[in-house]
Amino acid sequence: MLELVIFSTLNGVLYGMLLFLLASGLTLIFSMMGVLNFAHASFYMLGAYFGFQISQWLGFWVALFVAPVLVGLIGAAVERWGLRTVHKWGHVPELLFTFGLAFVIEELVQMIWGKLPVDYRVPAALDFSAFELFGTTYPAFRMFMLLISVAIFIALLLVLTRSRIGLIIQAALTHPNMVAMLGHNVPKVFMMVFGFGSGLAAIAGVIAGPALVTQPSMAHVLGPILFVVVVFGGLGSLPGAFIASLLIGLIQTFAIAVNYSIGDLMTSIGVARPLQGTLSDLWQVTVAQVGPVVPYLMLVLILIFRPTGLMGTRES
Amino acid sequence: MPTRHGTALAVAALAAGLSMTAPAWSQVKIAFIDPLSGAMAPIGEHGVKHFQYMIDKINAKGGVNGQKMELLTYDNKLSPQETVIAAQKAIDAGARILTLGNGSGAAAAMIDFVNKHNDRNPGKEVVYLNYAAVDPAFTNDKCSYWHFRWDAHSDIKMQALTSYMKGKPNIKKVYLINQDYSFGHAVRKAANEMLKAKRPDIQIVGDELHPLAKITDFSPYIAKIKASGADSVITGNWGSDIALLLKASADAGLQVDYYTYYAGGAGGPTSVKQTGLKDKVFQITEGIANINTPANYAWEEDFRKKSAGHGWWYPRVRNEMEMLAAAMNEAKSNNPKVFAEKLRGMKYKNIYGKDTYMRAEDHQFFQDIYISALTPMTGDMKFDEENTGWGWKLTATIPMGETDVATSCKMAKPS
Amino acid sequence: MSDTTASAASRSLSAMDLAKRYGIWIIAAAIMLVLPKIFTSGAALTTMCLMGIMIVFSLSYNMLLGQTGMLSFGHAVYYGLGGFLAVHAMNTIAGGKLPIPLPVVPLVGGLMGLVFGIIFGAVSTRRAGTVFAMISLGLGELIASLSLILRGFFGGEEGITANRTKMLTFWGVRFGPQIEVYYLIAAWCFVCMVAMYAFTRTPLGRLCNAVRDNPERTEFIGYSTQMVRFITFCISGFFAGIAGGLAAINFELMNAVNISGGQSGVVLLMSFIGGIGHFAGPILGAVLVVLLQVFLSDLTGAWMLYFGLLFVLMVMFAPGGMAGLVMLHLPLARRGTLHRILPWYGLMAIPAAMGLGGLIALIETAHHQLVRTANDGPAMTLFGIAYNSNSILPWLVALALMAGALLLGRKWGPQFADAFGTAAHGAETGK
Repeated sequence: MLELVIFSTLNGVLYGMLLFLLASGLTLIFSMMGVLNFAHASFYMLGAYFGFQISQWLGFWVALFVAPVLVGLIGAAVERWGLRTVHKWGHVPELLFTFGLAFVIEELVQMIWGKLPVDYRVPAALDFSAFELFGTTYPAFRMFMLLISVAIFIALLLVLTRSRIGLIIQAALTHPNMVAMLGHNVPKVFMMVFGFGSGLAAIAGVIAGPALVTQPSMAHVLGPILFVVVVFGGLGSLPGAFIASLLIGLIQTFAIAVNYSIGDLMTSIGVARPLQGTLSDLWQVTVAQVGPVVPYLMLVLILIFRPTGLMGTRES
Repeated sequence: MPTRHGTALAVAALAAGLSMTAPAWSQVKIAFIDPLSGAMAPIGEHGVKHFQYMIDKINAKGGVNGQKMELLTYDNKLSPQETVIAAQKAIDAGARILTLGNGSGAAAAMIDFVNKHNDRNPGKEVVYLNYAAVDPAFTNDKCSYWHFRWDAHSDIKMQALTSYMKGKPNIKKVYLINQDYSFGHAVRKAANEMLKAKRPDIQIVGDELHPLAKITDFSPYIAKIKASGADSVITGNWGSDIALLLKASADAGLQVDYYTYYAGGAGGPTSVKQTGLKDKVFQITEGIANINTPANYAWEEDFRKKSAGHGWWYPRVRNEMEMLAAAMNEAKSNNPKVFAEKLRGMKYKNIYGKDTYMRAEDHQFFQDIYISALTPMTGDMKFDEENTGWGWKLTATIPMGETDVATSCKMAKPS
Repeated sequence: MSDTTASAASRSLSAMDLAKRYGIWIIAAAIMLVLPKIFTSGAALTTMCLMGIMIVFSLSYNMLLGQTGMLSFGHAVYYGLGGFLAVHAMNTIAGGKLPIPLPVVPLVGGLMGLVFGIIFGAVSTRRAGTVFAMISLGLGELIASLSLILRGFFGGEEGITANRTKMLTFWGVRFGPQIEVYYLIAAWCFVCMVAMYAFTRTPLGRLCNAVRDNPERTEFIGYSTQMVRFITFCISGFFAGIAGGLAAINFELMNAVNISGGQSGVVLLMSFIGGIGHFAGPILGAVLVVLLQVFLSDLTGAWMLYFGLLFVLMVMFAPGGMAGLVMLHLPLARRGTLHRILPWYGLMAIPAAMGLGGLIALIETAHHQLVRTANDGPAMTLFGIAYNSNSILPWLVALALMAGALLLGRKWGPQFADAFGTAAHGAETGK
């Protein structure tokens, strides 16, 4: 049992940190530009594929730096020539633009790298087990992923609280109009934030690609969860996104470890479980089965009872 | 002016789509309906190659009843509704033989569609030849006179697997992990029942259902398998769900045997090799490339030459098409209503020289079943998979007699 | 069907006014009646049935997005639940030999949509904007996941099937042949179209626009925006449920795909491509998207890419959708100057055809080169021209075509815009 708890915690924190790498960019983009970026997870996927391709040519360590930069540039270009054109039509078309963009990116990736998972390997230097506990090994690459995520989290925190550009961004989160009034080039800041957010997502892609699987559906699988993180944590709130990421990572991981169903619970407190009727299936469902659904339930509940999210101050 | 592009496309599509009426009967048309776009497309596309190869072979021998066969392909996007539309298009184009494999949802829709179509259009009957959908219901409760299945359904495979496990006393604790949908449920149910009957001493230490194609990281499941102390895992997982499961397993250094239905699917061998799980991943199939008969080797070699090195994944497609041609020639008719009668109960000697037959009661095909393990190429192995240098090595053959499962089918014969 | 034509219809009901007011509906009905006589094949009939269903579905969606400004990512919930209940109703009716004919079944679906519209609307319409959109996303994912868990009601992956011919005949009609189903769907589609159009004319329908455009003011004049959103949401759920019921009758099958996020995305695409600013927009969108879905996949393996590009370009350059583009020509038609820009269209057709041809050539060659060459060799055929996708020439030709289109477009575009402006507003205002 103890080993299950330890490994579940490790895996949960790791998954949570990955989510945070993605969510931090998304929440920055959202709070500054008001755009719910449906293509954000696609940049994560592009990061993984670029990482794979560059690793093939120049090795993993080059990929780790080059791929995010490339994806960041693509992100900036998307903002400059795509989103900015759509901006004048309003927020809904902006959102739909990213919706369509996600579609196009997925198709292009399928065309270029095929529909099957690509053979993106953990670099040889990190391909060993970091430690062994109760007979289960924990791969070093996962520890590396954890380190990178934490490092980026700290760097992000420092940049946002200590640097000038960070202060401008923070100001733009809460008072976007005022920032424009003060003479900052807001479109340029937008472009940079969008590119930067895309780059962060790409880092997540480069390091998650070898550990998970690099395939065309990876964006699609992760996309909706990101919205849950961002909205649950509170729109525009980085600490909120951090807490929500970890929470969802841990909940999803631990839900899998639990095998109880509502029916079991009812039996244990002495209530007969209903076996007939249309909804009888509901009592048989275990927590493990519904694990992946829990985030959506959290999303709906928090929006009903606290529409600003966990730590947010605004609704849109 | 993007809209004009859109309209132009629409007009082109309209013209192309709606103008194909007037069925031409000069050729025997076989409609292949399967996913040809989206994540499952590689599987569908490889299926097309199998059928085209068979049709070329049959045509080279003079076709059926003096007529050539022709393959029509339709993309059903794995959706039941699109399957119905595709079947309708195929019938419009003059096809009366429909074949479809992937996705039990699509297959169920197809059976239902064919039943209703034949009921409502007497004299224009069509037949559905199923080459891969393995839900047992299709030849049990949902069985249809117009449906024939060449793949062993999941209960038959489980019957074969448990027969094999019966003779393996070192298997003591089994963990079941399956996808949470009808096929996964069928695998899990059969495993529970049959293991209990054949090896009551085996402990089933876990019985997991996870959401279909939604899990990005299987590590938590692996931690659970590890904690349960299992020595073997039985899984019906396919696609990314099997690849990710194996990957997470290798990462955690979990040393168990995997008994799978679909580790041989597109991309499967690549991921097994990547994880280095040598001799640990087994699959249950109706044939493999490395079964040493001259006919099989010659066939495999020829096909690989024509399909850029991809192997002959579906021995059942060969069985299906050869039996179809035989039935049509024997009946001297290309009318499904006539030749379907010949397919029922038909006996056939397969490429491995073994006897097989199509059971008349439920239209389920029976044959020897093979269990094989993926391993680096050794001397007596001839073919690898996906250019990995790893190939399937035969572990056990379960004779046809042991794969027999009863059916609850009460077939309604059309008048 | 724009606001101006409708308000122009005065209270005096002369024959002219009547024709003006109802002419478009009579034409629509006539088209629906005649279509199956022109396109008789089974596939065409099935496609047209699907169009009818999707028209109702996307119109119901546009009640939320276009009319009230509520962006929903989970509208398939009401469509799907309506469809599932309709399938169960068909089975129950057939099993119990109940005296309920098939044509009433969509109403069952509609009521289901309404009930769930009330339940989910109560929690989700309290806020507008992002909060509403996110709740709809969450609810959509929840119900979609539940549909795979509650196998008794949803039938898992395979779904629930029914047989429409096992019900009582309806004045001798058994609804076996597709053509009979087509007329059933067409009738429902027509009724729903009229009803939904009528809704836009009611005071409540007008209030919806007010809630969309300026919720604060609406509150100031004494209306509860929350109540307006809630009622519209329920009505929209009702019509989505009817569409689901029609789908159940058409396919005799409902499964988890119908209730999934994918289906919610498709209805959003349809409405937007058609144009959310006009009542007729979603109708055009539904027709186009169904056509693309059914037939484009037969033409090219890269059909999803075309689909995505069409959508992105549409959002970027024509956010009014197809209906918006048609409406641009309204002032010209009114001034009787439409014929003046026709030569321009002839001229602009050159770069348009070049650009489109170049793009198609590029995509198809790339698709062939990247996806098919490994298995089928580099030889390919496009527009009846056979060539080798490995050689550089086709790529150059495709790029040259696109570059040429861009140049010509740059050159003629402003002149075209001038001519268009002059034709629309007269020489003084056209710039």
